[in-house]
Amino acid sequence: MALPAVIADAQVVAKRNIIKIKRVPDLLVFTTLSPIMFVLLFAYVFGGAIEVPGGGSSQAYREYLMAGIFAQTVIFGATITGAGLAEDVKKGIIDRFRSLPMAPSAVLTGRTMSDVINNVLVLVVMALTGLIVGWRIRSSFLDAVAGFALLLLFAYAISWVMAWLGMLVPSVEVFNNATFIVIFPLTFVANTFVPLESLPGPLQTFAAWNPVSSATQASRELFGNIPAQVPEPTQWPLQHAGLYTVIWSVIILAVFIPVANAQYRRSTSR
Amino acid sequence: MASTSTPAVVARGLVKHYKDVVALDGVDLTVPTGSVLGLLGPNGAGKTTIVRILTTLLRPDGGTAEVAGVDVLRRPRDVRRRIGLSGQYAAVDEYLTGFENLDMIGRLYHLGAKRSRERARELLASFRLEDAADRPSKTYSGGMRRRLDLAGALVADPPVIFLDEPTTGLDPRGRADMWEVIQRLVAGGTTLLLTTQYLEEADLLADEIVVIDHGRIIAQGTADELKRQVGGERLELTVQEGASLDDAARALAPLGVSTPTLDATRRSLLMPVEGGAAVLGGALRALEDAGVTLDDIGLRRPTLDDVFLSLTGRTAEDDPTEGAA
Repeated sequence: MALPAVIADAQVVAKRNIIKIKRVPDLLVFTTLSPIMFVLLFAYVFGGAIEVPGGGSSQAYREYLMAGIFAQTVIFGATITGAGLAEDVKKGIIDRFRSLPMAPSAVLTGRTMSDVINNVLVLVVMALTGLIVGWRIRSSFLDAVAGFALLLLFAYAISWVMAWLGMLVPSVEVFNNATFIVIFPLTFVANTFVPLESLPGPLQTFAAWNPVSSATQASRELFGNIPAQVPEPTQWPLQHAGLYTVIWSVIILAVFIPVANAQYRRSTSR
Repeated sequence: MASTSTPAVVARGLVKHYKDVVALDGVDLTVPTGSVLGLLGPNGAGKTTIVRILTTLLRPDGGTAEVAGVDVLRRPRDVRRRIGLSGQYAAVDEYLTGFENLDMIGRLYHLGAKRSRERARELLASFRLEDAADRPSKTYSGGMRRRLDLAGALVADPPVIFLDEPTTGLDPRGRADMWEVIQRLVAGGTTLLLTTQYLEEADLLADEIVVIDHGRIIAQGTADELKRQVGGERLELTVQEGASLDDAARALAPLGVSTPTLDATRRSLLMPVEGGAAVLGGALRALEDAGVTLDDIGLRRPTLDDVFLSLTGRTAEDDPTEGAA
């Protein structure tokens, strides 16, 4: 099917999901509530005990922290894609879509599109929270935009993994539990909240190659949150954090867009 | 007119397995254009599987099907342009209003923005949902949601409509409303394939009924043909609590054309008879002589329930795994 037709259908589907964000604001509140708590917890409770490179002040840690919070939040935000689809399968809405003469790939394209918009809203809330606790962008406007865009790209890629999973699992509950046990360690065994140097050997290697770390590192750099006196990271993925994150995102998209769409064409309720 | 055109639905030898379970075991169906076919059977008989195959949601393991003259397996997209589906679980988006639901479906049928909006308003009016049109459908009653879901199937005015258990789970009022809506649709000449577990529903709405069980067609014909197949009148009675159903059966045995069926939990007996009111008088005397006291007794014409019972040895609402021998 021609691309414009796919995009037109995807917009219709995306619009439906955006109406839901509007009608159920609790959803946005709950996606932002726990990261806000994390900000407060790390900024005021754990922060004082964590030494970050380039300065031990609590202000330095808060600047360090926010990129990690952003990364974790948009990745959890991406799970909404799968939870939403699992619900749609169960309720027969996917059956209805599949019985319509629309572009088959439009359902997932629309879904992932609207979840990016959801993540943008989430990032706005989190950035404001960061500003309140003392986080500052110390680079140019364009660099900061690039930092947010990179996080959104990576989350968009994760959205497609979640889309595939959401249609594979039998219920929303199973989906939420399954993704939590994967994403929680993935976003913690990284440089999101603590510097890599504080991790023991094997974990440090894992964390260095974890794309969550590179996404965090790259946006931290782009926000200007790494003081000049901090030495260059020694691991390749963190030296080329932006590039490494883009490579991961492209690979995930290349694999999971077709896989998720194939799963969509097979899925039926019950 | 209907007889000269090609049938709206033709299926030949549909087979579908789910792992070791045979869901469909060679099903043939024909629905003439402009007619209503009722697909009748208990839960798990394979009705939904047939609908899923004919609406392109599921590929069969064997067999062929054509809907509105289009091959379901080879040209699913073209089939989707010509069908409307309303499922068992009302597939409306509860966060969208009634209007938004129908407008979205119109756009996905590619009717265009203007036509989609018009069509949504038209359908909401004709399904008596006008007042609720701009409320999220979450606030609708079960019956209203079903009507909205059915309206969704009609957005593009498709020539063939599939309704999968349109009234399951509705209260009697909602069911009567739904029947009225469907009858109006049928009067307009739409071809309809309807699945149901309710014999009354098939009797009321369908021109032709196909009875399906364990993935196979076990009978088909008009409601009258099926009833004739079961035979004539039957005597039905309920004994008083404490009275012996077996005594009643023994006393009545000489009057029946075949042996009575007993239902111990309902304390009821059902027996095919011939001879009308005279039999009823004879039965009353025989039961009085045997000392069996009654709550209720009567003669009745066979219903589709009886058809199902005589074909499968159990009533249609029973779980197939429980009643099967």
